[in-house]
Amino acid sequence: MAFVPLTADERQAMLEQIGVGSVADLFADIPASVRFPQLDVPPPLTEIQTVAKMSALAAKNQPVGQLACFVGAGYYNHYSPSVVSHLMGRSEFYTSYTPYQPEVSQGTLQYSFEFQSLVCDLFEMDVANSSVYDGASGAAEAVLMALRISRRDRVVLDGSVHPEHRAVVAAYLDGRGIEVVTTNVGIKDGKLNRQSVVEQIDGETACVVIQQPDFFGTIRDLAAIVAKAREVGALVVYVVGDPVSLGLLKTPGGWDADIAIGEGQGLGLPLQYGGPGVGIMTCKTAHLRQLPGRIVGQTTDHDGRRGFVLTLQAREQHIRREKATSNICTSQTLLALGATIYLAAMGPAGLKQAAGLSHKQTRAVADQIRRVDGYRVVNDGPFFDEITVTCPADGDTMRHELAKRGIIGGYALGREYPGLENALVLCATEMTTSEEIDRLVSGLREIGGAR
Amino acid sequence: MSRDRSEPLLSELSRPGRVGHLLAAPDACADATLDLPSELLRDDLKLPELGELDVVRHFTHLSSLNFSIDNAFYPLGSCTMKYNPKVNEDVARMAGFAGLHPYQPEETVQGALQVMLELQQLLCAISGFETVTLQPAAGAQAELCGMLLIRAYHRARGDTKRTKVLIPDSAHGTNPATAAMCGYTTVSIPTDAHGNVDLKRIKEEADDTTVGLMLTNPNTLGLFEQEILDVTKAIHDAGGLVYGDGANLNAILGAVKPADLGFDVLHINTHKTFSTPHGGGGPGCGPVVARGFLEPYLPKPVVARRASGDRAGELFLDWDRPESIGKLKSFWGHFGVMVRALTYITLQGDQGIRDIGEAAVLNANYLRKKLDDLYDVPFDRICMHEFVASGRRQKQQGVRTLDIAKRLIDFNIHPPTVYFPLIVEEAIMVEPTEAESKDTLDRFVQVMRQIAEEVETSPELIHDAPHDQPVGRLDETTAARRPVLRWS
Repeated sequence: MAFVPLTADERQAMLEQIGVGSVADLFADIPASVRFPQLDVPPPLTEIQTVAKMSALAAKNQPVGQLACFVGAGYYNHYSPSVVSHLMGRSEFYTSYTPYQPEVSQGTLQYSFEFQSLVCDLFEMDVANSSVYDGASGAAEAVLMALRISRRDRVVLDGSVHPEHRAVVAAYLDGRGIEVVTTNVGIKDGKLNRQSVVEQIDGETACVVIQQPDFFGTIRDLAAIVAKAREVGALVVYVVGDPVSLGLLKTPGGWDADIAIGEGQGLGLPLQYGGPGVGIMTCKTAHLRQLPGRIVGQTTDHDGRRGFVLTLQAREQHIRREKATSNICTSQTLLALGATIYLAAMGPAGLKQAAGLSHKQTRAVADQIRRVDGYRVVNDGPFFDEITVTCPADGDTMRHELAKRGIIGGYALGREYPGLENALVLCATEMTTSEEIDRLVSGLREIGGAR
Repeated sequence: MSRDRSEPLLSELSRPGRVGHLLAAPDACADATLDLPSELLRDDLKLPELGELDVVRHFTHLSSLNFSIDNAFYPLGSCTMKYNPKVNEDVARMAGFAGLHPYQPEETVQGALQVMLELQQLLCAISGFETVTLQPAAGAQAELCGMLLIRAYHRARGDTKRTKVLIPDSAHGTNPATAAMCGYTTVSIPTDAHGNVDLKRIKEEADDTTVGLMLTNPNTLGLFEQEILDVTKAIHDAGGLVYGDGANLNAILGAVKPADLGFDVLHINTHKTFSTPHGGGGPGCGPVVARGFLEPYLPKPVVARRASGDRAGELFLDWDRPESIGKLKSFWGHFGVMVRALTYITLQGDQGIRDIGEAAVLNANYLRKKLDDLYDVPFDRICMHEFVASGRRQKQQGVRTLDIAKRLIDFNIHPPTVYFPLIVEEAIMVEPTEAESKDTLDRFVQVMRQIAEEVETSPELIHDAPHDQPVGRLDETTAARRPVLRWS
């Protein structure tokens, strides 16, 4: 396919204007020994052929809908109203770029301001940026922020923070001489068994990172952790497990978090095999100047009309270079738009329903699994839309067996949590049907009975 | 004053009790909170209350307040704002791609893993490198990935005294920021009289404390580094590695493989070169290609094929990577962007790939030549896909580059990148891309010439620009001094 509109005559006229004999002459600065190499790329396909090829690849996958989805673990199969994809699909949004020129970018700037506002309302936090790459890099940026604010060099990570978030924090901190302490989580007497986070927080601690609902699905009373952090001057970095949970649950602001982050994919964005989603990042006003990434502010033009601009850019890499708060340059603007449309369309009533129905269906899953021999729900407190279940076989075998029955059977904990090889984290949402729950439970019964 | 085209905020459109979307009958989940202790519940949920049509009209109107590739020429230097084929969008939205959960069992996502594998192979073929990761979310995160790979390499050799990174003064700001994030110090290398990085200074600075060099080629002046082979050799001789910032890869597609120039690691802005729409500023996707000896350090997991066992031949995600730098983002990267990139490369094929670079460079040189009598071009030699002009002649007449940029808006042209790179006074950086026709370029030339004339005859017209936009020039100083970052 040709997306170059120049005709042969036009190319010739342009070369004459430039004063060179051929297009090849334009590349004379490239050393001759390596110029115009052989390219091991197949010849072009037509659009018809390309669509056929890609359709064939797509057909080798089984998306949710074909399969009953009982996995969450950071990415959630929540319903997205039709308006979300239709409005995100407007090319005036998706074929624009960073709003460097505010006069011709008020659409992008206004929805970014609205995204920040909605996130602040949802999280009950003071300020938000207009997104970072994902929840995990948000966690890493939050920890870096806490290190700058506290000028301390010790970080306490709760072991039930998403393993991928913890891994990204570790990669970002590597080589900086920071002590990272991660608490253990195991299973004892049929319940999750946690090493105390509170005891790990001391006067050297820059921040404690906690997640709610946590990776095992449990909702915990965080008061003691926050109180200890306050007592010793450590910051509380709060990871929101599933943003839809905030339709019901007490918020990061309600728990008095200093910095709160989360993966926003659950807010109406497609699963897309894990990306792109959108990283949400918020903090208290006192920490605003340490908040990395893009921030949109409201102002006025010379006639007093309201308008929006990128602001507080003096913290950023294009001005501060090696002294910047972060190297982050782009944001997830289009996905932030999707989340903004979702929250606008759902409103408080719709979001409460999404949260309530997700919780209700998960409760149904838990109730039924409790009646199946060989399985046990091991959460150490109330849960929202995920539960941790021990099984008669290891998690990978369970998932493989359930896949044969048309079911995505949860997240296997074994890789990240030695000792929990037989445990799965299962998730249900408002998309989960009773028929699917029946299918899951009979699948579990069959697999259990076969052992 | 122009017609008021402002759009109220969602909060201003809200009417208490209005409902936009219901998932079930209103009482269907009324009991959902019963088994959750009240101290774990929120008190109130304050979100705007709108009808579905309110939402549709609001965002449709906002979309009309934007410039975009689909409605305007967008010659934003260093951003490669080219046309993104619509079929990319159709393919990315296929349920077989859009509806996959990242933690599905591997046997249910063989097509997705094959997309990743094929894209990896093509990116290696185009760039000349042996290995690749698709995980980084964007160019800047890819820089971090690349520098962490380089550190892992030095560390594995026990070579721990290397702490300084050489970076040209024309580099993107992300380069020094990335080096600093890795805990390294940076040394700025000046640009020589021809617009190349100063080879002599590199030779002076490169020693056994040098981690490496971060270099963009073509550089941010739009010029190919004429002494590139000597530059990369100087770094290698000192034991350092060369990081390539691939932001400007579009220019040299098919003309040279960056690996052949002596780079050890390079990131590719997939969203630029391989045509994912820029989405108002994201998402991106920043694969990192590298030499084979850096393969053990790549982020995990990597896509691999099972060699044995009862599932031999199946693709899987290999987490068993003991020397890996770890993870940079959740899951496997921006898969939706990878699908678009593979679709685009499939459409282009070998011949199309080469034609992209050639046409991008032809277009840029044509514009440079047509404008160089009226606007200063500080490094006036054959450029690659973009060129940097200077508005210093116009500044002497009281019109700044920013004014020229704003005046272009009156002609329905998105302003070029301005005031970057920092080393060119009153910089105007123009990147037309290969996707634009000669007619569009000729119109841009005509408008730029008209503006140059207006600088002399009617400067007030330029100072007041833009004239018919939803808002005029905005007060950015107050926005930063007294930040209003959310509705009240």
